[in-house]
Amino acid sequence: MNDAKLITVEHLSRNFGPIQAVSGVDFELKRGEVLGFLGPNGAGKSTTMQMITGNLAPSMGQIQICGVDLLDQPKQAKAEIGYLPEQPPVYRDFTVDEYLDFCARINRMPRDKISKAVDQAKQRCGLTEVSNRLIGNLSKGYQQRVGIAQAIIHSPAIVVLDEPTVGLDPIQIREIRSLIRELSAEHGVILSTHILPEVQMTCDRVQIINKGKLVFSDEVANLDERMRATTLLIELVNPPAESELEQLAGISKVENIGNQQYRLHHAQGENPAEEIAKQAVNANWGLRALTPERKSLEQIFVEITSAEQAHHETEEAAA
Amino acid sequence: MMVLTLAQREIRSLFYSPLAWAILAVTQFILAYLFLAQLQEFIRLQPQLRVLEQAPGLTDVVIVPMYSSAAFILMMVVPLLTMRLVSEERRSRSLTLLFSAPISMTEIIIGKFLGIVAFLLIITGMMTLMPLSLSVAGSLDYGLLTAVVIGLILMIAAFASVGLYMSTLTIQPTVAAVSTFGILLLLWIIDWAGTKVADENASGALTYLSMLRHFESLTRGVFNSSDIMYYLLFITTFIVLSIRRLDADRLQR
Repeated sequence: MNDAKLITVEHLSRNFGPIQAVSGVDFELKRGEVLGFLGPNGAGKSTTMQMITGNLAPSMGQIQICGVDLLDQPKQAKAEIGYLPEQPPVYRDFTVDEYLDFCARINRMPRDKISKAVDQAKQRCGLTEVSNRLIGNLSKGYQQRVGIAQAIIHSPAIVVLDEPTVGLDPIQIREIRSLIRELSAEHGVILSTHILPEVQMTCDRVQIINKGKLVFSDEVANLDERMRATTLLIELVNPPAESELEQLAGISKVENIGNQQYRLHHAQGENPAEEIAKQAVNANWGLRALTPERKSLEQIFVEITSAEQAHHETEEAAA
Repeated sequence: MMVLTLAQREIRSLFYSPLAWAILAVTQFILAYLFLAQLQEFIRLQPQLRVLEQAPGLTDVVIVPMYSSAAFILMMVVPLLTMRLVSEERRSRSLTLLFSAPISMTEIIIGKFLGIVAFLLIITGMMTLMPLSLSVAGSLDYGLLTAVVIGLILMIAAFASVGLYMSTLTIQPTVAAVSTFGILLLLWIIDWAGTKVADENASGALTYLSMLRHFESLTRGVFNSSDIMYYLLFITTFIVLSIRRLDADRLQR
């Protein structure tokens, strides 16, 4: 049971009046997994997270946390969740120590374990030096860390982080990312973001949400596969005519992008780089650079979300 | 257990803000002034009172009026204390912390209510030290004193329950304070209209609703269970309303 599914979500939907913020989302989270929620603003990421953590009741659907139904037995289910919302839920006039102590208590930790848990959480989030400072006087980055410390203090099975690296400086971002990787050793982690490289760096699995619907869900490793693009970028000192380039084996299209650089399109799964290099040397084109291009996650993201939209529009037109 | 943790946090937050200290200082100052003025009056009247057969004692002349004034002053003070209870947490988004923790809405509301009541008990305790200081020199009617203290505590707890409910309705603390004060004042004076309405039943109902009426009998030393029930029902009603309102945050709108 334990190493199986931490979260099972089925047909999750939520309306705000006439607006359907989330509709029919299903997913699972396993132990030791980092799941990334990706989506444009207003896609329903935060709403989904609020529902998983019991802050919003779903209009429809089921949520099981470690096999316990969140709606039927909220107390047991919530004990297994640590949640960092978009804005860290801190009491500004408390010190870090007082605040974390309170968080440990409301999560029903036994008294004798609290001070140890507070120390550990502070250490993990790099808060030890600011223990006695008022949270309101800390910088945004530190407040964010306090928020993360709060989410992990009772070592829940699931840690849900809503845009955890917003407002942090690059060094802190790296620290937080490595913290997330570290957390995934014992906990299941769900994080939402719109920073795409973050997903590549920290997540095992990615789900793209657009307009309240789950439009893509796959392992990050498979995403890498998808990112392998079908273009090569070459730079030539003595470029031949474009038509000559087009006649190279395996090249379907040539784009002149200036500065003696060309983008060569080829079919998926083939790599004509070797041939091109040979040809360039033979014909004395003065080959300076030859790079297989990779599609960025941005492009995939745009492809997926816009394809979905186009699909939607044709559907509407048909109806 | 959990309720006490939440109540403790509420008190801590209150004392971290200057508001609580200011309120304690100001109410104590005003009540001390009233107490001294009342005491002087008693000393002036003492020769005449001695002649009367069933003369009102120290407690009647000095203490009871002080508690009546205290109830009125606290009617203005309690909204200021309760206004931030939920609205402030909602505004700073820290309510999420409580919602995601394994605690129920009932525990959250009761915790907050007990926190504020504990603070009001501190005010009442400080106030009660003044009449108790008289026991050094004179003899007090402890039965009557107990009755007014209980009456005052019930009354201000009832104020707090209204304030708590108003605070769950809004995100603006000041709106909560103003509307709480409005409701309390209305319930305070509602029996003025009650006595002027011709219809027997209607006037009876309005008089029953008045918070002041139920306090008055306690100030005469009459410990009537129906008055106690009035306050307990009043408090329960507003606490249940608050719980329901907080729960509605999660639900479909």
